Amino acid sequence: MLRRSMLFMPGNNPGMLQTAEVFGSDSVILDLEDAVSLGEKDAARILIKEALKTFDYGTTEVVIRINPFSTPYALEDIDVMARLKPNAILLPKATPEDMKKLDEMLAVIEKEEGFEVGSIRIHALVETTYGVETVYETLKMSNRIESVCLGGEDLAADLGVERTKDSEELFYARTKVVNACKASKIDAIDTPFTDTNDEAGLLADTIHAKKLGFTGKLSINPRQINTIHKIYSPTADEISWANRVMYAKDEAEKEGLGVFSLDGKMIDAPVITRAVNTLNTARVIGLIK
Amino acid sequence: MKILKPAKAGTLESNDISIMLMPGNNDGIQIELESIVEKQFGDEIRTLIKDSLKELGIKDAIVKAIDKGALDYTIKARIETAVTRAGEM
Repeated sequence: MLRRSMLFMPGNNPGMLQTAEVFGSDSVILDLEDAVSLGEKDAARILIKEALKTFDYGTTEVVIRINPFSTPYALEDIDVMARLKPNAILLPKATPEDMKKLDEMLAVIEKEEGFEVGSIRIHALVETTYGVETVYETLKMSNRIESVCLGGEDLAADLGVERTKDSEELFYARTKVVNACKASKIDAIDTPFTDTNDEAGLLADTIHAKKLGFTGKLSINPRQINTIHKIYSPTADEISWANRVMYAKDEAEKEGLGVFSLDGKMIDAPVITRAVNTLNTARVIGLIK
Repeated sequence: MKILKPAKAGTLESNDISIMLMPGNNDGIQIELESIVEKQFGDEIRTLIKDSLKELGIKDAIVKAIDKGALDYTIKARIETAVTRAGEM
């Protein structure tokens, strides 16, 4: 599925849960962690349970962010939420050890509930220095993982550095996460841009992350969705280029040519793959038929 | 299932409902409701509160509810939260 945007929604806010789908993000993350105060974790679990029983979120992916295993809430979060069969669980402060534990717990619950084993997917939120260093190992711990999401705020705190708007401090983590994701053929989702009033900043940050290889972005405000989608959707020029590549490829095949050129540039397998990906994305979001 | 101690759930924010649950006086479920949609949905909200409590096995309780336009799913969730906080499920 396409995951250009993943929008956080506070798990204990009825108004947000009932409108979660209308903002148009590709995924919604119903949050049991940072957005819910310590004394309200029980209330949020029950509210999300009732919301999932009541609302049809359509094609929007429903992800639940549980509390980390280092807290007293994680086990109950998993036990209650997994039985509701959300599309996925977002594991905060992901490490190889915690990923293994979550994968095993989900398998037990799936068997108990009669769900297909592996049907509840996982997103790994990497937001510690240890998590960054072990990210590829973490991805080897489960076949359920759909993406790595980078959590820049917690990571900067763990690094002991200031979190800045240009995110220079995240360069190593960003490239390491992207590389691990590409090697594992899963999505790479960038950290949220936290100044919700700075649209130009969001735009620049999203463009920069896309250049590094990210395939989507976390979001903390519905107003950010359009900008993120604009960057992660193919432009008319890109679609036109991809169509021309595919046409040239067909012509070259008819003439028995292995390698061919377009606009003076050699077209080989990686370029064709990029064109195919562009057209697939355009098709999924309805830009072409 | 019995209400053992007073308990609260929910908030006074829009789309939510604040529920205060207290042990009853052996005269069934007594509901005191304040709602911004009392005229349109007051009776439905009272019925939903009563049904939700019965589903959880509560037959005797005093409920003080302040509704800020909560949908049914929120009312059910806040009742369940209050009940779990007020006794053992």
